[in-house]
Amino acid sequence: MTYLAKSPWIFHYDASSCNGCDIEILACLTPMYDVERFGIINTGNPKHADIFVVTGSINEANREVIQNLYNQMPDPKVVVAVGICACSGGVFRECYNVAGGIDKLIPVDVYVPGCAARPESIIDGIVTALGVLEEKRSKNIHSKVVTDHERPERHNHAQGGAQ
Amino acid sequence: MMEPQTIVPISVGEVVPKAEQAKKDGYRLVQIGCTKIEDNFEIIYVYDKDYKLINFRITVKQDDEIPSISGVYWGAFVYENEIHDLYGIHVAGINIDFKGTFYKTTVKHPFSVTITKEDDACQNR
Amino acid sequence: MSKQITIPFGPQHPVLPEPLHLDLVLEDEKVVDVVPTIGYVHRGLEKLVEKREYTEYVYIAERICGICSFIHSQTYVQGIEQIMGLEVPERAQFLRTIWGEYSRLHSHLLWLGCFADSMGFESLFMNSWRLREHILDDLEATTGGRVIQGVCKVGGVRKDIAPEKLDEMLKGLKGLEHELHDLTNVFLHDSSVKNRLRGIGKLSSEDAYYLGAVGPTARGSGIAIDIRETGYGAFGKINFKPVVEHDGDCYARCAVRANEMFGSIDIIEQCIKKIPDGPVDMKVTGAPDGEYFSRAEQPRGEVIHYIKGNGKKNLVRHRVRTPTFTNIPPLVTLLKGCELADVPVIVLTIDPCIGCAER
Repeated sequence: MTYLAKSPWIFHYDASSCNGCDIEILACLTPMYDVERFGIINTGNPKHADIFVVTGSINEANREVIQNLYNQMPDPKVVVAVGICACSGGVFRECYNVAGGIDKLIPVDVYVPGCAARPESIIDGIVTALGVLEEKRSKNIHSKVVTDHERPERHNHAQGGAQ
Repeated sequence: MMEPQTIVPISVGEVVPKAEQAKKDGYRLVQIGCTKIEDNFEIIYVYDKDYKLINFRITVKQDDEIPSISGVYWGAFVYENEIHDLYGIHVAGINIDFKGTFYKTTVKHPFSVTITKEDDACQNR
Repeated sequence: MSKQITIPFGPQHPVLPEPLHLDLVLEDEKVVDVVPTIGYVHRGLEKLVEKREYTEYVYIAERICGICSFIHSQTYVQGIEQIMGLEVPERAQFLRTIWGEYSRLHSHLLWLGCFADSMGFESLFMNSWRLREHILDDLEATTGGRVIQGVCKVGGVRKDIAPEKLDEMLKGLKGLEHELHDLTNVFLHDSSVKNRLRGIGKLSSEDAYYLGAVGPTARGSGIAIDIRETGYGAFGKINFKPVVEHDGDCYARCAVRANEMFGSIDIIEQCIKKIPDGPVDMKVTGAPDGEYFSRAEQPRGEVIHYIKGNGKKNLVRHRVRTPTFTNIPPLVTLLKGCELADVPVIVLTIDPCIGCAER
């Protein structure tokens, strides 16, 4: 990948991360690491984004949020799982409320391991994602809408609540 | 070495009077925490003034009802909702009652049960 | 009565790096009620004490939060050491204090940056984070990790700092102090920042005290609660004064954090001058039997780790009450009656750390 037609925008969501990876992603944007030199901009709106950067693992409350954000992104889209928690659940994989890595819910294209992932490896992961993005664009690949409806049991403590 | 601490056991009926007394004496609420010891649930109320802690402990069963101190300390609702959601202990008269929606968990009242180790370390859900 | 509408704020919001959800009930542009919803980061890590031994659990305790990481592990091991009656070597206590204050510096610079971003002051955000990298460089050079250090253990610390490196750190801090003056000058004296912050989100000192506010949120309202005064770690041998402001508005809370950084630099300098020679760890045998509320002052305020053991390798209970959790009731009070446009700024002034709050 030597040439990019358009500047890729990333969109970050903190699933159930401890913040360690989140602040390293923010550090990537600041003068020391400065991903803006590659034309990469962090946006707050999923509808503007090309690359979905997720930190942390899936839990009961945020799975709907992640699906919702993923489905709102336009094609082509690439998912980068940053940090070991997003890859596999990490040290928290045995916690009762942690379902595991992000790939249990949405398709992941690039995995960035580390606890916390270093800015250098995050930048490397995002640059790898640019290649995947370019490939998806040239092949005109459409991602499926992700739903979670088959999941049988859901617990919440409310009696007859709407949650 | 830090200073030693003592925890005073009290009855469920004394919770609100003790909170009122603490507030009158100028203590702030530090935390309310719950611990499960076999079938009993220990709830500890911690107050602080000038870096001195006073701790009161009540021991209840899961189907007991405990009174809320949110009428005395308005901010107590976060702890009491937490105890309700994680332990399943009913707290009567919380000022902002989330009715079980404060935490959303895969396991109902997770801290009230012992979760056995599954074959796969990852929960895989 | 005008019509009420409810606006959701979060969990994904450009201002917040973390998921916090607020339902804001508005009348015109005024917020009349706020219902916080948490649980987006709830992992249930306190329950892991049943599966991990108390020495292994230090790693989990450190990962409660990636910003306050070092102080979480310090508070946890302090509690264990207290129950087991261990006298930790003096040098280890000083090293913990030094790293703890470095964590505070990096956290406050991070917060100042995010706060500038919430006001739309982009260049100030970049500058704060540029200075923060100097702190992270020193942390990485001495512990091996940028944000998760993994250097605390029961009975001491894992790494020692060579005297030459301590001198170098001292020199680095002198240079940093100069740049910090330039940075905080903008936060404290720039007219556009002042206009944005003065008089917004007022918290009276009585409310702050009885609603359970801690840390800069309480100190901005004139409540001098600073757990470092209890003298844990090496703070008993260090002279320092808590930074207190009396206005209780957003500006006061910002000023507390800005001024506290110079206090941290002063504490590190005193520590480096007074640090004794000797070992940095000790052999630990047995298991904790007893209970203790271990306290420490995090960048966000007082943290409490309740530790209960029964003489086995696995603890019975580990409960963490983090500063953000107890700052939620003050936040709800602060937001009632404010303008919608001020909500992001006010939410940020309590320095919400959701990873901590929900564990």
